[in-house]
Amino acid sequence: MRKPDLSVKIAGIALRNPVMTASGTFGYGEEFAEYLDLEKIGAIVTKGLSLRPRAGNPMPRILETPGGMLNAIGLQNVGIEAFLEKKVPFLRTIRTPVIVNFFGNTVEEYAALAERIDTIPEVAGVEINISCPNVRHGGIVFGTDPKAAWSVVRAVRDVTIKPIIVKLSPNVTDIVEMAQACAEADADALSLINTITGMAVDLKSRRPALANITGGLSGPAVKPIALRMVWQVARAVKLPVIGIGGITSGTDALEFILAGATAVQVGTANFMSPGASQRIAEEMEKWLRENGVADVKELIGTLRV
Amino acid sequence: MQFKSMVVFNVEISPGYRRVRLTAPRAMLEARPGQFVMLRVREGIDPLLRRPFCVFDTGTFSPEYPGTPRQHYFDVLYRVVGKGTAILAALHEKDYVDVLAPLGNGFDPGDPREEKILVGGGIGLAPLYYLARELVRKSRVTAFIGGRRKEDVLCVTEFEQLGIDTYVATDDGTLGTRGLVTEVLEENLSGGEGSRAVFACGPEPMLKVVADICRRNGIRCQVSLEAHMACGMGACLGCVVKGESHTEAAPDYRCVCKEGPVFNADELSWE
Ligand SMILES: Cc1cc2nc3c(=O)[nH]c(=O)nc-3n(C[C@H](O)[C@H](O)[C@H](O)COP(=O)(O)OP(=O)(O)OC[C@H]3O[C@@H](n4cnc5c(N)ncnc54)[C@H](O)[C@@H]3O)c2cc1C
Ligand SMILES: Cc1cc2nc3c(=O)[nH]c(=O)nc-3n(C[C@H](O)[C@H](O)[C@H](O)COP(=O)(O)O)c2cc1C
Ligand code: FES
Repeated sequence: MRKPDLSVKIAGIALRNPVMTASGTFGYGEEFAEYLDLEKIGAIVTKGLSLRPRAGNPMPRILETPGGMLNAIGLQNVGIEAFLEKKVPFLRTIRTPVIVNFFGNTVEEYAALAERIDTIPEVAGVEINISCPNVRHGGIVFGTDPKAAWSVVRAVRDVTIKPIIVKLSPNVTDIVEMAQACAEADADALSLINTITGMAVDLKSRRPALANITGGLSGPAVKPIALRMVWQVARAVKLPVIGIGGITSGTDALEFILAGATAVQVGTANFMSPGASQRIAEEMEKWLRENGVADVKELIGTLRV
Repeated sequence: MQFKSMVVFNVEISPGYRRVRLTAPRAMLEARPGQFVMLRVREGIDPLLRRPFCVFDTGTFSPEYPGTPRQHYFDVLYRVVGKGTAILAALHEKDYVDVLAPLGNGFDPGDPREEKILVGGGIGLAPLYYLARELVRKSRVTAFIGGRRKEDVLCVTEFEQLGIDTYVATDDGTLGTRGLVTEVLEENLSGGEGSRAVFACGPEPMLKVVADICRRNGIRCQVSLEAHMACGMGACLGCVVKGESHTEAAPDYRCVCKEGPVFNADELSWE
């Protein structure tokens, strides 16, 4: 049998295979270069950027939990100018699409940053992290309020011609409502899920295990929730969906594709093994070959229910 | 680099403390003292994350198989504290672990004419033996080793075999001087003269006192720190410590896995 076709298109961005790296778990790509071939994965999504550098939360910031981990990094990042100066020169040298994840604390901040990113030719597309508090509205997270999410996406749409992926928060009652708001605001694709808010307690010290008290849960433990949400969103909205949450193998990734995802992102698995994303793409190819599937696109949303 | 290592031996050296020898590619012999490794102690998702350990030693040995050349290895000295280290402790000869190494910056040996002073508390000794082996080639070295009880004082014989003056202190007096290793250190420093450099690893309260003693005596002090880690390569930003200019308004965080684990004590905020 011929080599199966793993290529997909997300929001107009051509990917050699459906495996992307998830924001915040793969640095700016360069850190991982010695451990895998960056030209064997579909796309690199960089660490969430803000207009100005951001220092993040106090320590401890991470904790292993059964089948997962909690993190409260606090969106520490170098800021857009340092990204341009220090990170883009490396990213320019690899032939893999780079998607820039970013966030703000007001609609204006999102728009200002999107406008800046729009001028960077190396960037294939943007991913908007809407899991951030809106400082103008009592800190209510953009991603939990359909109107706020709509405003952010629309403001970004107005200033960029880059493809827009909106990354949805799972910390909502109705994820479909959020997805629809983003679609109405003219997003090109949706990615989900971001981390699920959780908490851990250290009985010995009688304190929260993380300095921030709460943190975001990720890893294999969240996969069933992520699959459920991807399935719900993919059925309800026409936009292509990127499945994220607990993916550690080619099998996991293909399950998301059956549930309706066009591509996937690999997060926590990069910590388990820095070459995980490349291995997952190879495992997908092997499964397709062994099961006589010529093109991964044939599988998208074909879950038999 | 990433490689699979075979366990050569895995033995208890003191109650609760073990030493494991792992096969390695040749490049591992160039690991600098103070650098560390991330071990995946078992395949699968439990435990999820790798565990960080210092390089305790590196070298070569002759495998028992006929006609085989010498094999490179590195050693890890570890204390069994939780899930990951318990799994590591249960590994047998010929079991495999997955390794990322060498990571981090390592100690700066500094000017060989200085007297080198090593201060280790408990398992904090782990990076200091490899460092001592390098330093004794060119410098005079003194070691101060502390622990709660005599079982927590590790590798005194190994240090003495390198010809190093070794001072020991335990909280309960079961070995060496009764009291804190920092007290013994302070007494000794105030008597000495000439230019000196301190290298310390151990529990944070100990490091804080060592940093303070060095500051008062005008001695350069390098400390090796621990932090919870996910990636070990500067990507997750889970492992930061406060830098010297840290304030609430203008935070200054340093990455332990990438910018450390060794820092000059005066680069850090010790509050
Ligand atoms: C750079 C560095 C070098 C180290 N070198 C050594 C060494 O040479 N020998 C040695 O015995 N120990 C060393 N440690 C500490 C060692 O990493 C922990 O004891 C070990 O991770 C505990 O794992 P566990 O599953 O047994 O414990 P658990 O408490 O079950 O671990 C739960 C989680 O917390 C993390 N964790 C717990 N304690 C620590 C700690 N003290 N530091 C960092 N993470 C921790 C674990 O990695 C894991 O993610 C080092 C730590 C760092 C950061
Ligand atoms: C340490 C860490 C940092 C993260 N940082 C970001 C970030 O900056 N922006 C973002 O949109 N998501 C961030 N995420 C969420 C991941 O991109 C991903 O959505 C989530 O971890 C679920 O996928 P996983 O189970 O494969 O890890 C982060 C996750 C982790 C574990
Ligand atoms: S452990 Fe990930 S940045 Fe240090």
